[in-house]
Amino acid sequence: RSRGGGAGRVMDAPSAAGLGGADPQLQRFIEVETQKQRFQQLVHQMTELCWEKCMDKPGPKLDSRAETCFVNCVERFIDTSQFILNRLEQTQKSKSAFSESLSD
Amino acid sequence: MESGFGSDFGSDFGSGGSGGGKLDPGLIMEQVKVQIAVANAQELLQRMTDKCFRKCIGKPGGSLDNAEQKCIAMCMDRYMDSWNTVSRAYNSRLQRERANM
Repeated sequence: RSRGGGAGRVMDAPSAAGLGGADPQLQRFIEVETQKQRFQQLVHQMTELCWEKCMDKPGPKLDSRAETCFVNCVERFIDTSQFILNRLEQTQKSKSAFSESLSD
Repeated sequence: MESGFGSDFGSDFGSGGSGGGKLDPGLIMEQVKVQIAVANAQELLQRMTDKCFRKCIGKPGGSLDNAEQKCIAMCMDRYMDSWNTVSRAYNSRLQRERANM
């Protein structure tokens, strides 16, 4: 149902159809722009977070240590996001198996 | 008068062709893109202002002194550098994820 994997899940097809109406060109446009916006929003969010972790006093240029920190920060943020999703999925599975055996 | 009014109306909706009275989707898409770009610029400015105020302004005085202004100017540039670094890093990660799928 949802296209594109990784960190960006585009709107489900039904809601996209509602917005674009019957026009496939508009629908496609909305999907693409939504995807782009998700990307932009995450860049904004990660820049803000990583600035706190990686930037001391703003200097005349971004030194290599800070640059490396930003890159690592992005990677670890995505890792964290995936970790949370995976673990949540696991705990949901074990929970539903548990509740199924309880309900009668 | 009535016929004049009627003919104006007619020219808007009656004329066949591909356009007629319909809205041009291409134009809408361009306008939406512009609005999105504006919104992104505003978001960037808002966060940049927040961060640079925190970094550069200690106890707020009666005006921004030279040191504070210099700090803000550098901070703006570093924030842009950071934003671009994050954007590149995120893009690389996404491409790597897609390649692994």
